Amino acid sequence: MDENAKRPGPSMEPEEYAAYVKEVTPVHSTPFNMLKAFLTGGIICTIAQGVMRILTGNGMDKDTASLWTLLFLIGAAVLLTGLNLFPKIVTFGGAGALVPITGFANSVAAPAIEYKKEGQVFGIGCKIFTIAGPVILYGIFTSWVLGILYCLLQWIGVYWA
Amino acid sequence: MERGRFEKGKASIAFEEGPLIIGCASVAGKKEGEGPLGEYFDVIEPDPMLGRETWEEAESALQKEAADLAIEHAGLVRSEVRYLFAGDLLGQLIATSFGTVDLEVPVFGLYGACSTIGEALCLGAMAVEAGYAANVMSMASSHFASAEKQFRFPLEYGNQRPFSSTWTVTGCGSFILGKKGGHVRITGATPGKIVDMGLKDSMNMGACMAPAACDTICRNLEDFGRRPEDYDRIITGDLGEVGQKILLDFMRSSGYDLEGLHMDCGIEIFDKETQDTHAGGSGCGCSAVVLAACIVPKLASGEWRRVLFVPTGALMSSTSYNEGQSVPGIAHGIVLEHC
Repeated sequence: MDENAKRPGPSMEPEEYAAYVKEVTPVHSTPFNMLKAFLTGGIICTIAQGVMRILTGNGMDKDTASLWTLLFLIGAAVLLTGLNLFPKIVTFGGAGALVPITGFANSVAAPAIEYKKEGQVFGIGCKIFTIAGPVILYGIFTSWVLGILYCLLQWIGVYWA
Repeated sequence: MERGRFEKGKASIAFEEGPLIIGCASVAGKKEGEGPLGEYFDVIEPDPMLGRETWEEAESALQKEAADLAIEHAGLVRSEVRYLFAGDLLGQLIATSFGTVDLEVPVFGLYGACSTIGEALCLGAMAVEAGYAANVMSMASSHFASAEKQFRFPLEYGNQRPFSSTWTVTGCGSFILGKKGGHVRITGATPGKIVDMGLKDSMNMGACMAPAACDTICRNLEDFGRRPEDYDRIITGDLGEVGQKILLDFMRSSGYDLEGLHMDCGIEIFDKETQDTHAGGSGCGCSAVVLAACIVPKLASGEWRRVLFVPTGALMSSTSYNEGQSVPGIAHGIVLEHC
């Protein structure tokens, strides 16, 4: 601890206490967590790539195949959520499982399961997007802003492919 | 200044006779049953739903079961319990309301976050000592799933818990206080005040509550003119590993060494290596079941002569947290003695 800092005790100021708490609280090892996230995310993406190859190999065009691959990932994540296996994958892989579309699917399926008991309307209906809501709202908002920007740039004569 | 008959020091109560714990019961969940204290619980419920439809109903069922078992252990029938002091963690105390309706005992619903059993025992003891009731019941419960749903995320949502986080105990502890029977007496109490050191991390509740525990323990020692060694153990509710470290540091700065004397129900109830619970157990049920299953029996047998039981609570809701408020702590001290 900093030599000038007060000894930990009830007379500490909030900032001093917060700094002291930070010092005594153990944290996860970031490099190790990143490695696990890399592995988990990598495996998910490899599976998705495999699905994609099978589909295109059977004559599906690329756009349709990627659509089906997404549906496969969402379906798998929802199924694993229902079987209570997805949280275990996240406990291990963290953002590696949450950042792909699997995480989004989990964040929608989990409240649906939990709030089913409160009814179709006030339970599932109102609460299904409690976690995913911000992503949807700000995702749509951001694409709207980008759309306006795109429009403006075209209007002043900037073009790109 | 005029003083009440049982007032002691600045904030404590010294009972003259002191009500006895004449019966108690602990009902715990499966994970708790698999922990280091598993063999001591009266009942271990293997089904987290307890055969009910929802988590909230399951918690109510825990209360009902613990209440009836404690009444049975005390050798009483429901109608001999005059008042009930009980609480839980859920909004508007629904676990208590629905869990105790069948008992048909007049009820005082209490909220003190995870310190509720301390509040319930203190008020129950005051009622018995003052002669308002011959027998009362004090009870508190929590359920992992109902608490997660209310305070954090839906159960199936994937997330990584920090090392400072605790695991809400599924369990209910119930105590019958009366004038005759049993070998454990409540001889004093130090109701705690709310202590706020400005910490805002709801995933580090041990650090939010430790200053409150320190405040209550120091108050108790001063009010009763005791040293920590006058207690066989000083037992906090659910500070966990991080909170324990802070409490010991804080106590040292106040001139008391609790090393070797301090025990934390949250640290005892789970094996953090094999059960993935991180800093320890928490919830109203944590301190309540450990008190009923381990502390009361050790006092009754005379292995411990006197302990200070200090359940701790972090006072917050998801609203206060989202609105940027800090997480203040509270801790109530109960002096328990062998007799």
